Amino acid sequence: MAVDREKLLGMYTTMVTIRQFEGRVAELFATGKIPGFVHLYIGEEAVATGVCAHLRRDDFITSTHRGHGHLIAKGGDPRLMMAELFGKRTGYCKGKGGSMHIADVELGILGANGIVGGGPPIAAGAALSARYRGTDQVVACFFGDGAANQGTFHEAANLAAIWKLPVVFVCENNHYGISLHQGKHMAVADVADRARAYDMPGVAVDGMDVMAVYEAAGEAVKRARAGDGPSLIECKTYRFRGHFEGDPEVYRSRDEVAEWQKRDPIATFRARLLEMQVLTEDKVRAIDEAARARIDEAVSFAEGSPLPEFEELFEDVYA
Amino acid sequence: MATEVQVRTLTCAQALNEALKQEMRRDPAIYVAGEDVARYGGIFGVTAGLLEEFGEERVRDTPITESAIIGSAVGAAATGLRPVVELMFVDFIGVALDQLFNQAAKMRYMFGGKARLPLVLRTQCGGGMSAAAQHSQCLEAWFMHVPGLKVAVPSTPYDAKGLLVTAIRDDNPVVFIEHKMLYGVEGNVPEEPYAIPFGQADIKREGADVTVVATMLMVHKALAAAEQLSADGISVEVIDPRTLTPLDEDTIVESVRKTHRLVIVHEEVKRAGSGAEIAAVVAERALDYLDAPVQRVAAPFTPVPFSPPLEQRFIPDVPDIVKAVKAVVAA
Repeated sequence: MAVDREKLLGMYTTMVTIRQFEGRVAELFATGKIPGFVHLYIGEEAVATGVCAHLRRDDFITSTHRGHGHLIAKGGDPRLMMAELFGKRTGYCKGKGGSMHIADVELGILGANGIVGGGPPIAAGAALSARYRGTDQVVACFFGDGAANQGTFHEAANLAAIWKLPVVFVCENNHYGISLHQGKHMAVADVADRARAYDMPGVAVDGMDVMAVYEAAGEAVKRARAGDGPSLIECKTYRFRGHFEGDPEVYRSRDEVAEWQKRDPIATFRARLLEMQVLTEDKVRAIDEAARARIDEAVSFAEGSPLPEFEELFEDVYA
Repeated sequence: MATEVQVRTLTCAQALNEALKQEMRRDPAIYVAGEDVARYGGIFGVTAGLLEEFGEERVRDTPITESAIIGSAVGAAATGLRPVVELMFVDFIGVALDQLFNQAAKMRYMFGGKARLPLVLRTQCGGGMSAAAQHSQCLEAWFMHVPGLKVAVPSTPYDAKGLLVTAIRDDNPVVFIEHKMLYGVEGNVPEEPYAIPFGQADIKREGADVTVVATMLMVHKALAAAEQLSADGISVEVIDPRTLTPLDEDTIVESVRKTHRLVIVHEEVKRAGSGAEIAAVVAERALDYLDAPVQRVAAPFTPVPFSPPLEQRFIPDVPDIVKAVKAVVAA
């Protein structure tokens, strides 16, 4: 499929930004500057990037506990994200949410989610709202292979199917529900097969290949926008880090991780873009440096921001 | 020419139905969804006629899919609609609780105030129909325990209409609990729309000797008990909180400071029921005014039984309230 150079460069930049954001979060977490739990997206960048490349500013996403990549790909501001991870009052959620609840409703980001499978019903509702209000907005619903076993996914898929709601269900199959391998947590090899139960298109793609994700998402978004209903895209991917930072990873071998790292979605995309002469070595360096500068700025912003005052504890419980 | 005062009598179900229709006419962002709410009109008839007037887009039959009913309301509310969704029996909240208490209730707070969740979860509770342990519970304390939710518990047709109007206009998730044995109860209801503010208890009967705080069906039983007790020279004040979150502590505390005696009546099991919170509030704010220990009249700590004689004994009744009031007066 023909994709213009700007789009390709934009996607590459997004992936690099996510990788650098996450790499910095890992360092900051290790030094104790970021409290709580963080679940990093390193290795899965192609998924959020390939899907969100089709979304408009007024489209919606629902995200997961591993949500930083979705936010950046949907246009979230790394400064406000980093400040939120630090628990600062300047963060996206005034320090009330943290990594697992970052949201930017203005950008259509209806929240990361601390509950596995929490997002799909909310995505169905946002899609219902889009149709009800007479818009052609679509909703991308990100969830993992673990969440594909939750009832909420099936309930939302069914509702979206019977009401022809504009939802693109994006299963990020990183092959582990926390520690349990897919082979032990579901009987099917392809989550995409579950689409048949709801009479919606289901396709499994290489989630390490941003162009494969981009192509599948393009079809699904087009279908949703046209009012033809939901689709399911399964992106087979892998997280290079543990489930959370600090995970001893007793459930997988170093060899397995190394095998997947050979298919690093950023390295392979970069090689392809160099070959296509969309990128040059100079341009690669420039994108890296610009991303690094952006993350540096985000960290400075977060570090320089004030912590919330005690009184803020009581704000925003009710409207 | 004398002004004609219109007094109409409606049942609770009719009053709720009127509130839904009037609000839906006022605001096109309101839609209704739930199991059997459209063509069937709701299993207790509360949504009857809505489909005919507002059409399938705004009045939606859903599959039996409680997580998706509540969760889709969350997504719709966060993106500009005002869903009023029905959970057929409050007992069914178990299969969908996450979408209510982790998603709806916390979204605004977790997002730093950047989301509005104007959704109403209408549901129905209570014993009296031999519907047994999974269709008869009173679980209002569960919802009261969660910051971010509001909880309305109407007892009369007048309150049912006014509180539902307020619930629909509220920008927060509201759990609106209707008691199944009250749907047929009649009362005066003005035709024009009106809103009863949340957090304002109603003194259903004024009295001097004992304060009785009661909710939903128990308000009616407390009033019957008060009537009997007045023949014995005991003056009972009956207070209906009408909403449990927010809770009108002031009205309850002021009444106790006047009567010096408190009996709390609810159909929930006694242990950790809403009455435990009310008793604690009075202990914190008015302990010195009490002339007798607080009494709670509530269901025993058992599942709701099926067989009619067992169920009748399970649900608190007028003689139980009379006995408790006499006990605090004698203390």
